[in-house]
Amino acid sequence: MDSNSNSYSQLQNENSSLPDFIRNSSSQRSTSSIQSFHSKASGGHSVKEDARLVYINDPEKTNEKFEFAKNSIRTGKYSILTFLPRNLFEQFHRVAYIYFLVIAILNQLPQLAVFGRGASIMPLAFVLLVTAVKDGYEDYRRHRSDNIENNRLAWVLVNDQFQQKKWKDMRVGEIVKISANETLPCDMVLLSTSDTTGVAYIQTTNLDGESNLKTRYAKQETQMKNPEKEKISGLIKCEKPNRNIYGFQANMEIDGKRVSLGPSNIILRGCELKNTSWALGIVVYAGGETKAMLNNSGAPSKRSRLETHMNREIIYLSIFLVVLCTIVSVCHGAWLRRHKDDLVLMQFYRKKDYSEPKVDDYNYYGWGMEIFFVFLMSVIVFQIMIPISLYISMELVRVGQAYFMIRDDRMYDKASNSRFQCRALNINEDLGQIKYVFSDKTGTLTENKMEFQCASIGGVDYSGGKAISEDEQTGYSLRVEGQVFRPKMKVKVDPELLSLSKQKHTDEGRHVHDFFIALAACNTIVPLTVETSDPALKLIDYQGESPDEQALVYAAAAYGFMLIERTSGHIVIDIQGERQRYNVLGLHEFDSDRKRMSVILGCPDNTFKVFVKGADTTMFNVIDRSLNSNTVKATEDHLHLYSSKGLRTLVVGMRDLSASEFEQWQSSYERASTALMGRAALLRKVAYNVETSLSILGASAIEDKLQQGVPEAIESLRNAGIKVWVLTGDKQETAISIGYSSKLLTSKMTQIVVNNNSKESCKKSLDDALVMCKKLTTDSDATRRGSGARKTEIALIIDGTSLVHILDTELEEQLFNLSSKCTVVLCCRVAPLQKAGIVALMKNRANEMTLAIGDGANDVSMIQMADVGIGISGQEGRQAVMASDFAMAQFRFLVPLLFVHGHWNYQRMSYMILYNVYRNAVFVLVLFWYALFTSFTLTTAITDWSSVLYSVIYTALPTIVVGVLDKDLSRTTLLRYPQLYGTGQRQESYNGKLFWVTIMDTLWQSIAAFFVPLLAYWGSDVDRSSLGDLWTIAVVILVNIHLAMDVVRWYWITHAAIWGSIVATFICVMVIDVLPFLPGYWAFFHIAGTKLFWACLFGITIAALVPRFVVKIFIQYFRPDDIQIARELEKVENSRESRDAEIEMNPIFDPPRR
Amino acid sequence: MNSDTPSSSAGGGGTGSADTTGARRNSKRPKYSRFTQQELPACKPILTPKWVISAFLLVSVVFIPIGVVSLFASRDVVEIVDRYDSECIPADARNNKVGFIQSSQVKTCNRTLRVPKHMKKPIYVYYQLDNFYQNHRRYVKSRSDQQLRSPGNEDDTSACKPEDNANGMPIVPCGLVAWSLFNDTYDFTHNNQQLAVNKREISWKSDRDRKFGKKVYPKNFQNGTLIGGARLDPLKPLSEQEDLIVWMRTAALPTFRKLYGKIETDLQAGDVISVTLENNYNTYSFDGKKKLVLSTTSWLGGKNDFLGIAYLTVGGLCFFLAMVFIIIYLVKPRQLGDPSYLSWNRNPGSH
Repeated sequence: MDSNSNSYSQLQNENSSLPDFIRNSSSQRSTSSIQSFHSKASGGHSVKEDARLVYINDPEKTNEKFEFAKNSIRTGKYSILTFLPRNLFEQFHRVAYIYFLVIAILNQLPQLAVFGRGASIMPLAFVLLVTAVKDGYEDYRRHRSDNIENNRLAWVLVNDQFQQKKWKDMRVGEIVKISANETLPCDMVLLSTSDTTGVAYIQTTNLDGESNLKTRYAKQETQMKNPEKEKISGLIKCEKPNRNIYGFQANMEIDGKRVSLGPSNIILRGCELKNTSWALGIVVYAGGETKAMLNNSGAPSKRSRLETHMNREIIYLSIFLVVLCTIVSVCHGAWLRRHKDDLVLMQFYRKKDYSEPKVDDYNYYGWGMEIFFVFLMSVIVFQIMIPISLYISMELVRVGQAYFMIRDDRMYDKASNSRFQCRALNINEDLGQIKYVFSDKTGTLTENKMEFQCASIGGVDYSGGKAISEDEQTGYSLRVEGQVFRPKMKVKVDPELLSLSKQKHTDEGRHVHDFFIALAACNTIVPLTVETSDPALKLIDYQGESPDEQALVYAAAAYGFMLIERTSGHIVIDIQGERQRYNVLGLHEFDSDRKRMSVILGCPDNTFKVFVKGADTTMFNVIDRSLNSNTVKATEDHLHLYSSKGLRTLVVGMRDLSASEFEQWQSSYERASTALMGRAALLRKVAYNVETSLSILGASAIEDKLQQGVPEAIESLRNAGIKVWVLTGDKQETAISIGYSSKLLTSKMTQIVVNNNSKESCKKSLDDALVMCKKLTTDSDATRRGSGARKTEIALIIDGTSLVHILDTELEEQLFNLSSKCTVVLCCRVAPLQKAGIVALMKNRANEMTLAIGDGANDVSMIQMADVGIGISGQEGRQAVMASDFAMAQFRFLVPLLFVHGHWNYQRMSYMILYNVYRNAVFVLVLFWYALFTSFTLTTAITDWSSVLYSVIYTALPTIVVGVLDKDLSRTTLLRYPQLYGTGQRQESYNGKLFWVTIMDTLWQSIAAFFVPLLAYWGSDVDRSSLGDLWTIAVVILVNIHLAMDVVRWYWITHAAIWGSIVATFICVMVIDVLPFLPGYWAFFHIAGTKLFWACLFGITIAALVPRFVVKIFIQYFRPDDIQIARELEKVENSRESRDAEIEMNPIFDPPRR
Repeated sequence: MNSDTPSSSAGGGGTGSADTTGARRNSKRPKYSRFTQQELPACKPILTPKWVISAFLLVSVVFIPIGVVSLFASRDVVEIVDRYDSECIPADARNNKVGFIQSSQVKTCNRTLRVPKHMKKPIYVYYQLDNFYQNHRRYVKSRSDQQLRSPGNEDDTSACKPEDNANGMPIVPCGLVAWSLFNDTYDFTHNNQQLAVNKREISWKSDRDRKFGKKVYPKNFQNGTLIGGARLDPLKPLSEQEDLIVWMRTAALPTFRKLYGKIETDLQAGDVISVTLENNYNTYSFDGKKKLVLSTTSWLGGKNDFLGIAYLTVGGLCFFLAMVFIIIYLVKPRQLGDPSYLSWNRNPGSH
């Protein structure tokens, strides 16, 4: 938490200064700020101090000090030698295991040996063994995959020749040659590529999951060199290895020149080289120091809330255990005191009267020590009061639950062919207690598949595209030399606009022409030609980092402006069948300050034009309103209309540059782009200068399609009392419109908007909002009393700038108060770490369970912060999934996940914990009562082996089976009444009260189980072993019937487990009793032959369970909870249906009656 | 439609058609089965009032008769209990009972028993010890089951302390349990005629056959400085020492009986039986009581009213509960599965 708030404040400082590395994306997502944060925090100016020195093509010198890792990787935890100690060490991190180890050791002391040696060690050994085998197997698989990785081959320059070398033998400083479609073996700085301009395209799917191509550049200084012919030497100073995959800071000294290197010059392990026939790189980070490996840490381990609460109850149990042991030892002390004089004579402690020659104390250690020993012995005897088996059962149950979650057909997404994934295995039950859902928007609520919807060009709205169904669309295609080129994606076109785009000479036509040229040119999209099965047909696939740009280029192509080729110097656009070559003279990339990008084109007619596209807020500042005020106004209206439909809008403008303007720009652009210091700021300045007094071309509207079922899912979540917060990098209007379309916001809601630029104004608006909230709630209280109207719902909309002033200050409290009164909270324009800050705010203050769901790298911090983190395994990469606890393909799967599986998991696990506590306590109490009748010496009537097997064999399986399979309500009921989810939120199935009720019940049951046989056999000639067998079987039957009473759904497996356990117990007791070297030989067969035995068993079972049964039915009848009513509803409806069916069937088939 | 998206086949690898067939083959779609979808056929009983009332009535219908029958069985058992520990100490020795019992005086004692009711054979003769902790941890552990079974394990006496060795030789049978073997004896006369007490087959057959060796003979037994109890005939194998076998089945509770023998004749009401007993066993040092018990048995065992009373109580309680429930059901019926009971329907808008 601390580290997080620190880094968060760093981010705030960061906001003012702009990052050096800016992603060239026009999308509205705020990914750039996480990068900026990272690059600053990790790299910064620290390159000089403790830099890593890499001598190019001189691995010997580079590795002189052996300080750099080799390229072999090791994800396996253990080696054969270290496996045993290390695995045991890790296992004993659990307190419970240490407890049992201590007890097992105590039991080895001869004075304390209560159980036989084997019997005392067996359960712990068993558990350790099972876990060790599991860990060992997992590690074996890791080793195997490591081996495969390490033995892959790459071409490495050795003695001025490229030779094949295994990955594991590669070293820092070596020059590596990569061919197209090969995977990179380590992190390398690009030296040269097959492209003359030094461009290489890489795909980072394995790293961050983004499937589009990214461009990386080799420096001109190295691009020209061929290491096979001339020796390259130089020195790269780069930052220490770090896990920031978007940042890299280094400089290279080559040929006496100093060149700075940035993130666009490095290619990372795990990426693939695409569209570039070869590339040369110098290894800078290898093996475990590569960014991919550093990012390879698993999800942080979280602990479920139920388990945290359980630990509190475990403490109660320990206190209870200490109390029991104290009672026994104190009583024993009193007994010894009372028989002080008899001890001399008593055979148990022969003290002084025997063996005349010497006084022989037979194991009598004095009063105090005897009491102490009895105390320790009673801890050993009563050890299972702390249910060790519970921890193992819980793990097994979670595995079972995960199995069913993963296999759930309803959480399988056909489109992406992905199942639900359980990445964390210890928080299943948290899914049933979620109170807050924090959701990312893009890619989570929406598909992040941008579709061009409509455009406003020259003040005219063209949005008729929807009218035409897709079948009629042949789409634009292009014929060149008998080959057909077609864009890979079809776009709906507006027929009017399509005809306009073909006219060249009207005013409107020129407008349209310029507009589409802008769309096709003003971007960083790379067109790729993809072969299809039909040799005459080729598809053009547009690859780029921004889905918005892709959508725009596809749209332009559909209207006949097809981008065909892009090199670093020019682009070729096919305009209505005519190939036009434009020189790209300069490109000002998108940055979050300008919120626009521009491109300067040298047109075929030798004019120079600047095309700009960007967000409306900043674009209207640079558009010259005097030029065409009507168009501007109309466009503004259209923009408003579009964004109210939830569309993402971009404004496009252009300007003709006169020759002098162009030259002025060109010289300053060149100066800026070759500057070594402050290049970004200089470039930005140049951009500001050229992006002025634009004439408006129009605006585009892209639909960010909602994922399937999102509105319904959000509605269900809200009905279940879950508060849904949307945290997005989008601007306020877009966020609100998505809010409406996803039914997050409704027209009935009162919206409170907080967007301020200073702390004072934030405070003021928060205060105002709170007052308003109070007023609204009291108002609605009054009206509700009068008319029964629904409560006014309040939606809070807050933006990132305000959050900067609120989070980590005293205003947090106010925000918390306000937001807890609101049904919906929308946070727009938030940075990734702010997302985490918001989650942390609610998690820590509200003490409620939070769930964060997101798909992108910018959601990682939020996912890790929340109690439950869910990654959407969809479009945007695997980073979110890697950091998540659960991963799924669609937002709407949240509904079955929470309402069905979460509910079941919570119910099952809560019951299981209570039951396990009861199960062990009832056994311990039976042992305890008997200790009171053995002069407090802890003789057990129940054999050692039965004590040990009790929680392992006699009663283990049924609770696991019930924990995995039992369902309190059916899936349909749970989905029909989302309110049933409230059980988990209110912690109705596991709480302190239930725990104590269970303990009281346990007390009674143990009394019944112990005293019925005691009194029935009092003064008879029954022996210890026989009575012990009776108690063993009585307790086992009792706890199993108890479980059976609470099972809701009986499958054949449940039957098999419960009745099977009872049978297994009988068998085990028999087996123990046929071993002639044990004192209890044949005892079971003797006592089971008497009728008294069976009468006792039967009587115990009924007498013990009557109170529980009575309480249960009285609660069910008089104070039924929702689950009970819903269960009855299920039953009633089922029987009604079958009755109806029967009535219908009767006249025709007359089915046989049973 | 989805296969057309740029992302799903991005990377320019294989063509579209190859991708789709590949996808179909590698589909991760979970295989449908009723098990994995948690749709196995299940029975979900629900506690309707009808069920509850029938369950209570059923329990009372079963329990009350059983209770009555067991009470009758217990009443049918005829039991004569005679406590003799203090009576059998001569009056002059009563202030030093321990001294008396440890002395070598003659400890013969005569007791008279009156048969209250007709006793049918077999009549079991028990000795009952009260406040004798045969289940004391030290005591219970002080035995060697290995040694009892086979002559080869004679030296296996490590658990038997302090009665493991005497005079440097292992004791057979070793341990405190064997050492403290009960050694009072009883002789019964009825109408001046010896009343035969059958002391055979008073122990478990399983113990005689497999637990106590046929070839293991008592050795070095009660040869130590202090004599705990009875001596054993060194010529009889352990499997025939039935008193020892009975004694070694240590009792579960501090008040217990051990079978002494069986009288295989009927006794009539009013019969007077005189008992000549040797009062040897020292229970005085720990205030233990000694009783002689003659008892018949029923199908349920000895005389013990507890089980009958318990059954009657539980049965009666269940009957009462059934009545209560019937009344509740009639007075304040609740429609099962009435949605208006759902919390969000009871007080709207509260969630």
